[in-house]
Amino acid sequence: MLGLSAYAIWLLCTLAEASVVVCSLVRGSFRKYLALNLYMIGSVVVSVLRYWVFASYGYASDQYAFCYYYSDVLLTICLYFALTNLYAHVFEEMAAEKNIRFSAILLLVGTAAFSLAIVLQSSHRFTTRFFVEVSQNLNFVGLVLTYILWGAVFKLRETRTQLIQLVLALGLYFSLFAASFALRNLYPPASDLLKNMDPIIGCVLPLTWAYAFWRVPSDARLRPAGLAVVPR
Amino acid sequence: MIAGIIFACSVVFLLQFFVSYCRSLIAASSKQVLSPEVRDVTGISASASGEDFQRVMQLLHLCPETPEDRSRIQAVGAYFGLLNFMRSTVARVVPSLRAWTDAERAHCAYFAAVALERRIAFSRDLLAQQMDA
Repeated sequence: MLGLSAYAIWLLCTLAEASVVVCSLVRGSFRKYLALNLYMIGSVVVSVLRYWVFASYGYASDQYAFCYYYSDVLLTICLYFALTNLYAHVFEEMAAEKNIRFSAILLLVGTAAFSLAIVLQSSHRFTTRFFVEVSQNLNFVGLVLTYILWGAVFKLRETRTQLIQLVLALGLYFSLFAASFALRNLYPPASDLLKNMDPIIGCVLPLTWAYAFWRVPSDARLRPAGLAVVPR
Repeated sequence: MIAGIIFACSVVFLLQFFVSYCRSLIAASSKQVLSPEVRDVTGISASASGEDFQRVMQLLHLCPETPEDRSRIQAVGAYFGLLNFMRSTVARVVPSLRAWTDAERAHCAYFAAVALERRIAFSRDLLAQQMDA
């Protein structure tokens, strides 16, 4: 059974995801950041699907657990493609889109195989354990890729404020989830508490992206060196 | 072992992304010039200092909220809290870090003053609309 606050966060998160799409449509950025918007549409659909499974079978059911973890992995894979979209924007002058996509798919398959190998060695609860392991690893690889992209933003002196904020928001999201999944593996008794935190963390990305699309003009510029933690 | 490494790296990356994200929010407001009346109200004359932040935030909470700036102000408030924590712990040992946290706290205060200016303008517009109606 979920509390009122959990329902409220769930609803808020779904509305925030929908608002990203609306904001980018209104500001004319929908096609420019197509993969990001498709990911957000996917997130809304998954939210509705999860609610349907939850209402039909209950929170503690195997069906809900399977639906939750399976859709989570699928969404993380979609977010990979959103990330490659951001890579394509940063490297657009180099016309390296094909190479970026190929590398991302290779990395994705490698991460899944690595997670499978770990789970096959150690677990009797194969399915759920595999999804937790794959989610942790995918989030971490996503985080590393976002960090590399952030490095490229610095190196190439990317100045588009909107793009910079989209990248930073993605980094925040990946690092929060990677830390949460890793902590679940490190300290299993905290799993339930951390699982309840997921919807709150899940709100970070749609809220920050909606802000970037709505409030930051597409032609706004920023000096990336001024954002470094260590002054340059 | 792998989970431990992932956790440690994630926390370090999280801090870096959080600081950079907050700085990107603050950067936009640093170019704006404060009006003389906001300077009078906040007591920020030439340049802001970290000590001004709490006072400006109190003034900010007296004005009606605009939905767009709420999450931004919360994020910068959390960033200010992080800077205060660093200032009272690590920066005591590393003097250069103290100068950096002081400069960042001042930027946060200036950001809050710019947000106050926006909220005052928003309140005036609201009042004007009500008068017209």
